[in-house]
This record gives sequence, C-alpha cells and structure tokens, in this order.
Amino acid sequence: MSRHLKNEEYEKTFSGKFRQWLNGESDPFLGKVEQKSQKEQRESRKQARKRRQEHETLLTEAYNLPKSRTFKLFGKAYGLASVLFAMVLIVVLVMAVSYLPTFGEADKPINNEVSERYIEKGLEETGAVNIVTGMILDYRAFDTLGESHVLFLATIAVLVLLRVDDDSPGHEILMEQAADRFHEPKNDIILQTAAKFLVPIIFIFGIYVILCGHLGPGGGFSGGAIIGAGLILYLTAFGFNKTERFFTAKTQKIMSVSALGCYSLCKSYSFYTGANHIESIIPLGIPGTILSSGLILILNICVGVVVSATMYTFYVMFRKGNF
Amino acid sequence: MTVVMLILLGFLVVCAIATSFAKNLLNTILIFMSYSLIMSVIWMVLESPDLAITEAAVGAGVTTVLFLITLKKIKSIIEEEDDDEEDSEEEVNEQTSEK
Repeated sequence: MSRHLKNEEYEKTFSGKFRQWLNGESDPFLGKVEQKSQKEQRESRKQARKRRQEHETLLTEAYNLPKSRTFKLFGKAYGLASVLFAMVLIVVLVMAVSYLPTFGEADKPINNEVSERYIEKGLEETGAVNIVTGMILDYRAFDTLGESHVLFLATIAVLVLLRVDDDSPGHEILMEQAADRFHEPKNDIILQTAAKFLVPIIFIFGIYVILCGHLGPGGGFSGGAIIGAGLILYLTAFGFNKTERFFTAKTQKIMSVSALGCYSLCKSYSFYTGANHIESIIPLGIPGTILSSGLILILNICVGVVVSATMYTFYVMFRKGNF
Repeated sequence: MTVVMLILLGFLVVCAIATSFAKNLLNTILIFMSYSLIMSVIWMVLESPDLAITEAAVGAGVTTVLFLITLKKIKSIIEEEDDDEEDSEEEVNEQTSEK
C-alpha cells in the first residue's frame, strides 16, 4: 500500500517542491538572488564610427581571402600536407598488399581444415547444393541473424530520423517541401508501360532467387533486394495511392517483426533442447529438390522478407517521411 | 579472358577516379552506379554469382536510388520549374558563372 499524504504535507516534501518548480508555480531563487534588468544598449557617435572602421578593416584585410597573405601560405601548406599524407598512405597500403599471400597459392592460410570440411561435408550436413548458402544459413546462421537485425535497426534509425508525423512541428512546411508527391502519379507513359511489363518479371525473378537460394546462386538478401527494387519501380511509376493499398507502415512492421521472430525461433531450437547438439528433427531431404536442406528454405524466405521491407521503407522514408 | 578482365579493371579504375573528380553530384552518382555494374560483372568473371546478383541489386539499384532522393531532398538537383521566369534566371546565372 502506498503512503498517501495530504496536499499540504506533500507540498512541503522535496518531491512536492520539485514538482511545483517544474510546473512553474514557485521559484526557489526569487528574492534570494540579486537580479538586475538589462540596460538598453546605446553607443555614442564616436563608438559607432570606431565600430564601423573596425568592421571595414576586417572586411578589407582579414576577410579579403584572395589578397590575404596568411591565407595563401596556408593554402600552399595545406596542399603540400595533403599530398604528403596521400603519398604516405599509398606507400603503407601498397606495402600491406605486398605482404598478402599470392592469389591461388595452395598453401596459403585460408586453405585450412575449416574450408576443407565445408567443401567435403557441406552437402552431406546441410543438404544445400549451393555451398555458400549452406555456409551462411547453416554453419554461420547466427551471423546472418545478426545481419538481419542490423537491417532492422537501420530501419528504426531511419524511421526515428526522417519520420514526419501529422502533429510534429513544422509538419505543413515539410509536407510542402515534399510536395512532388501531391502531383503523383506523374503519368509518364514510357515509365508506366515499362513498369507494367517489368515489375511482374522482377517480382518473379526475386521470388525465384529467394526460393532457389539453396539450389543455385542467390539467397535471401539478393532476392529481397531485387523485390525491394521492384517495389520502388512500381511506386515511382504509379504513385503512393496505389502502393498504400497493399503496403503501409503496419504491413512493414508485421513483415519485419514476424520474419525476424520466425528466424530467431528456427535458429535457436538447439537452445530449447538444452544446447546439447541433438540432431535436428527436420529431415534434410534429397539434395537438389526444392523442399530440401532442412531450415535453409524458411530462413531464406525470412531474410528475403526483412530485406525487401527494409529497402522499400528506406525509399518511402527518404521520399516522403511518412507512409 | 585476361583481356576482358584487364579492360574491366581499367574501367573500374577510371570510374573510381572519375567519381571523385566529377564536379556535378548527379554525374558522380551515375558514375558510381556504372562502377557497381562493372564490379558485378567482375564478380561474375571471378565465379561468384551470388555476389554479382547482390551487387547489381543493391549497389547499382537501391543505393543509386537512395542517393538520388537524397540529392533531391537537399536540393542539389536543379529542377525544371514550371515558372519560366525563375528558370531563365537560373540558366542565365549558370551561364555567366561558367564563363
């Protein structure tokens, strides 16, 4: 149970006084500090003339950059220093490159047992024909989880910095600055016709890249970027009114959060079982078919969803500041 | 293949230098986009199609678009306004400054 003070008692406590000061009801310094009102500034004719002269000398001597000697000297020194710095940097970098092992050498440090195991046992253990996807989404899936969260954080940062709310100060001015959206769609026939043919193809290619990430080149990130680019093309061609019918801030939130949650759930199943590295209950399937390689397909779809939503959100936030 | 590779690498160097030396920011972005395209072809030649797809989609596509909107936001691209007077004034100013 909370202690309940009476109003008069509460006003005498520290928090009560602080609250009063916060609300501007009382001023603790009133009457205790000497307070003087400021005098109106006046200057005599002599002072004014002196001030004007000083101003002129400033303009003619100190700020007359092309004629100022110090400025010229500084410019020369600056150029010399920058050239020297660049030379030193070039020398250091070239020396660093010369110490690198030659490309394609057999006994360079990268050729150790780790990559050997990936190449030899990768297909067996992950079930992915594309060894790169097998690596990034099975052996090193936690890295990819972190990367997806970095994208999510970037979206949040862009939202915080660029979002324009209806009740934020200067909202009308900002909206006027982004006024080109009021003229949309611009009804550019070439753009619209091209978009009509290209956007479905881009979407299908992106979905193909995501779904076949474990069979051939591609994966969640590249496929998601392709779909995001397709969305941006559709938006530029047909305007916000059409895209807002299927993609709003709510859609973006649901897509990102559910995809990230799904990824985390899928990838942390070993923790729920006590981190004892028991075999995954999801069968690996026959390598080469689309429903194979365990969780990789699901993880690819999750990453693709996050990336495409992020790309589109970036564009909308930069363009308009609001969904 | 080495000849193709050498030509591509030469283009890459030229693009990289031109990116920093172009005076117009819009040109810089376009050159940077061509840099990304050449880079994706090089990834293709180096037998890593995964990276090539990502480079083409992110480097040449989305990054360029984001750069372009940013330029528009900070009003670095001089747009063709509907008001003819302002436009002509700006053009005159540009011409005089160029001379």
